Amino acid sequence: MAYPSELKYTEEHEWVKVDGDTAAIGITSYAAEELGDIVFVDLPDTGTEVSKGDTFGTIESVKTVADLYAPVSGEITEINETLEDTPETVNESPYEKGWIVKIKMSDKSETDGMLSAEDYEKKL
Amino acid sequence: MALATPRDADGRAMLGALGLESAAELFDQVPESIRLSGALSLPGPLSEPELLTHMEELAQRDLHSGTAPCFAGGGIYDHFSPSVVDHLIQRGEFMTAYTSYQPEMSQGFLTAMYEFQTMVSRLYGLEVANASLYDAGTGLAEAALLAYEKTRRDRVVVTGALNPQYLECLRTALGPELGDMLTHVPHTDGLTDLDALKADLDDTVACVIVQQPSYLGTIESLPEIVEAAKAVGAKTVVCADPIAMAVLQTPGGAGADIAVGEGQPLGLPMSYGGPLLGLLATTRDLVRTLPGRVVGATVDSRGERGYVLTLQTREQHIRREKATSNICTNQGLCALAATIYLSVMGPRGLRRVASLCVTQSHRLRKGLAETALEPLYDAPFFREFAVRSPIPVPELQARMGDAGFVVGSDISAVTGVENTVLLAATESRTDAQVDAFVHALKGAI
Amino acid sequence: MNEEGLIFSRQVPDGGCLPLPGDEDTDAQAQALLGDAKLREEPTGLPDVPEWEVVRHFTRLSQRNWGVDMGFYPLGSCTMKHNPRLNEAVARLPGFARIHPEQHPAQVQGILRLMKTLEQALIEISGMDAVSLQPPAGAQGELTALLCFRAYHHSRGDTHRTRIIVPDSSHGTNPASAARCGMTVHTIDSNAEGLTDLAALDAALDENVAGFMLTNPNTLGLFEPQVEEICARVHRAGGQVYCDGANMNALLGVSRPGDMGFDALHFNVHKTFSTPHGGGGPGAGPVAVQAHLQPFLPVPRIVEDADGTLTLDDDHPETIGKVHSFMGNVGPLVKAYAYILSHGADGLREVTERAVLNANYLLSRVREAYELPYRGQPMHEFVLSAEKQKAAGCKAVDVAKRLLDYGFHAPTVYFPLIVSEALMIEPTETETKGALDCFAEAMLAIARECEDSPDVVTGAPHRAYAGRLDEVQAARKLDLRHDPEGEG
Repeated sequence: MAYPSELKYTEEHEWVKVDGDTAAIGITSYAAEELGDIVFVDLPDTGTEVSKGDTFGTIESVKTVADLYAPVSGEITEINETLEDTPETVNESPYEKGWIVKIKMSDKSETDGMLSAEDYEKKL
Repeated sequence: MALATPRDADGRAMLGALGLESAAELFDQVPESIRLSGALSLPGPLSEPELLTHMEELAQRDLHSGTAPCFAGGGIYDHFSPSVVDHLIQRGEFMTAYTSYQPEMSQGFLTAMYEFQTMVSRLYGLEVANASLYDAGTGLAEAALLAYEKTRRDRVVVTGALNPQYLECLRTALGPELGDMLTHVPHTDGLTDLDALKADLDDTVACVIVQQPSYLGTIESLPEIVEAAKAVGAKTVVCADPIAMAVLQTPGGAGADIAVGEGQPLGLPMSYGGPLLGLLATTRDLVRTLPGRVVGATVDSRGERGYVLTLQTREQHIRREKATSNICTNQGLCALAATIYLSVMGPRGLRRVASLCVTQSHRLRKGLAETALEPLYDAPFFREFAVRSPIPVPELQARMGDAGFVVGSDISAVTGVENTVLLAATESRTDAQVDAFVHALKGAI
Repeated sequence: MNEEGLIFSRQVPDGGCLPLPGDEDTDAQAQALLGDAKLREEPTGLPDVPEWEVVRHFTRLSQRNWGVDMGFYPLGSCTMKHNPRLNEAVARLPGFARIHPEQHPAQVQGILRLMKTLEQALIEISGMDAVSLQPPAGAQGELTALLCFRAYHHSRGDTHRTRIIVPDSSHGTNPASAARCGMTVHTIDSNAEGLTDLAALDAALDENVAGFMLTNPNTLGLFEPQVEEICARVHRAGGQVYCDGANMNALLGVSRPGDMGFDALHFNVHKTFSTPHGGGGPGAGPVAVQAHLQPFLPVPRIVEDADGTLTLDDDHPETIGKVHSFMGNVGPLVKAYAYILSHGADGLREVTERAVLNANYLLSRVREAYELPYRGQPMHEFVLSAEKQKAAGCKAVDVAKRLLDYGFHAPTVYFPLIVSEALMIEPTETETKGALDCFAEAMLAIARECEDSPDVVTGAPHRAYAGRLDEVQAARKLDLRHDPEGEG
């Protein structure tokens, strides 16, 4: 399984793509595979303030539900509304069309300790 | 009933195959200190005819509606149930099945539950319904918790005359902490006091709960209550009688978010108050916070339409302490009975049941003019109404029981008036029974 | 099997057979009597169907459903035993079925006597001191007992006791019920034998513990041999111990939770005492407690006067309140009473002995082909793992679906959570050796198929009432009611 090298990863199997002070968040292809066919993503409202480690939503398959943790602190500025009707996008395109939320980071240094693609793969 | 025991040929053969002398050896892992040494002290065993005789003797001690027409109400009613209902639910394929965990072996039940959800949601004028809860009382508690979860507010406001048993269930389920956040805006002359309700509402209220028809039989005007709730961003929960839905404005029609109801009138016997059938319907946006089982349509591997339990991630077996409820099963067979009942009755039949509840209860009320019982309220009513008795209600129950009629218990805690009782008449009460009841009342008091 | 559509597809406008008196004038008269009440504007949307079409529809639906009456139903933890028809007959006697809960107690001495005797029987069977019949289901029984625990702690000023400990093998209702009464849930890992890990329990016990919930025999079908020590340690920490009585079929007349040290337990009368499961209810979940919890039980309680008259008593200031609108699921309780009286003490013990014998025999027949992750001697049920089969490409769910082709209901799958690819098998006492042998042969045949022709297994079922159903589509495209275009 190839993990895009331009992304950062967390132990909770999420990826973070930093663009200026905005972080796009999604789940890794490994997590999507483990969950199986994703049937629902419970998305937060935009404008919600989150702290690193907070649960900001859930992602569900038929028989499993997993919490989504904020990998960084900040304000949720955008949610991927296409997931409401087509949650399977997370299975089909976990790193591109299947992004989940975007967070305007209040502390960019929080991404410093995250895993590289190589380290994440080693952890698995 | 004769059971195969470890002493029969099968039992001996299996013990032999396991290399055991006796069944007692199977319990070696139970420590000696907690193994029973003697036999339990229990009645029986009784053979089938002996048991039947024993049960008939017990049953004969009870005054039942087969010989004593029932005029009691308050949430349980002596409605008519077509014979096909009890006949069909006793088919072993339904009755001896369990929750449809293997949908490929349970299409019959799942299809019926999908029909049930369709009928319940339509009756209440709302978009979705679950596959049932235990009863209306605990159903109201589930609805309140749903509203609490959805709004993240912590007050529940009950308005008007709510069945006191349901109120107790609600208090128990909310527990001491949330129970303290429950307020009750009392009725005025049997109906919601709209000004008092509005005065109690603020933006900490999760939901407003109202019963329709009220516990006292009176018909509430829902739109104003819904409007008052909406004005503070609270949900409205209507505890609505399903038979009355054939004629009265629906919760959905009035703009309410959640309907709860007692399904016992839909073909179930009174059975001393259980088993019952909790009905729950909501607007579509609440679907993921519903408690209990939900059935959905899908297709099978051959492309044919079929049904499964769905939205299971809400439930305790997956989400455990984070589940929307601890409910495990529904009241499957009762829900099936209601589905068959509504199918046999159809739109005109249910309407007729409702009409007869209205006409027979009004005939009764008119007849009371000749008796010493005084009706308490003048508001329109559906199937029952409150009256004041000149003698204590237990005494009234006893005297009318001797005359061969069933009357309910004292409800003065709800009316605030001494010696009050609800009198109900359903479509099961003939004109002759109503008239005889009135006549007996005259003789009794 | 031909497709049977929905009841709505059998509609004939104005075709319903009205089984009621009155005519359209009755409806008009009623409407006039309702005065200024707001009336329904939209149609009810109920189907208009002749009675014979209703009978055919539901009969045909029944033919697409599997029950114990049709064959083996080894759904672990659910105790799918034979449901004697005598119990159906007696529950329908008018003196039980046609009585109103608001009747004066003097008019219902028969049902009250039955319920009082049932309470006493459950006290004897459980070794407890008091019983409430009110909880309408097992999960509601759990909630009732936990509310009693909380009220007990509060009565002693221990308001800080809000933690409930559960093993990782527990039923999902345990933590869900705990959460429902405002408790926080702490899950502890089981030990290598699948039993309660005493060290983990000790570590979890602190001054905030309200109680520990344990199923015994546990969900692996294993008796907890240290149950007395477990209860003692929880008690020393000031906590209460709850017994999930789902598995009481393994204990009747053999051992009693009250003697083991538990403070409370619930019965599932639809499991242990064979009141039909009804496709998911109605059951009943009576709760039995030790004397110190008695003040907190739900009201009303049935009390006996000196002259033997039974009355209802609401006057218990410390009660938790009510957990059902009326007196509980009386219908199933009547059936449970009849079941207990039919068997008597010796008969109930034989029920348990045979249930345990059947489970052990069945395990001996299938264990060569399936992994048994926890090796203890099981009681009334056992849990296999399909890990071996998974290596060949067939998961537990595939084995389960393939069993349907062989004419059996499937076991419980993927529970308890501590066993991967779990197959939880409970044969109950009402199976002959012949039936168990047939099922064992099917399990062995499927194990061979997993090796030789896995596609047959993963494609199963081939001969059930439907092909494998797409649960993913059901969850993604929610379709929860019949909503045709142009029809309400």
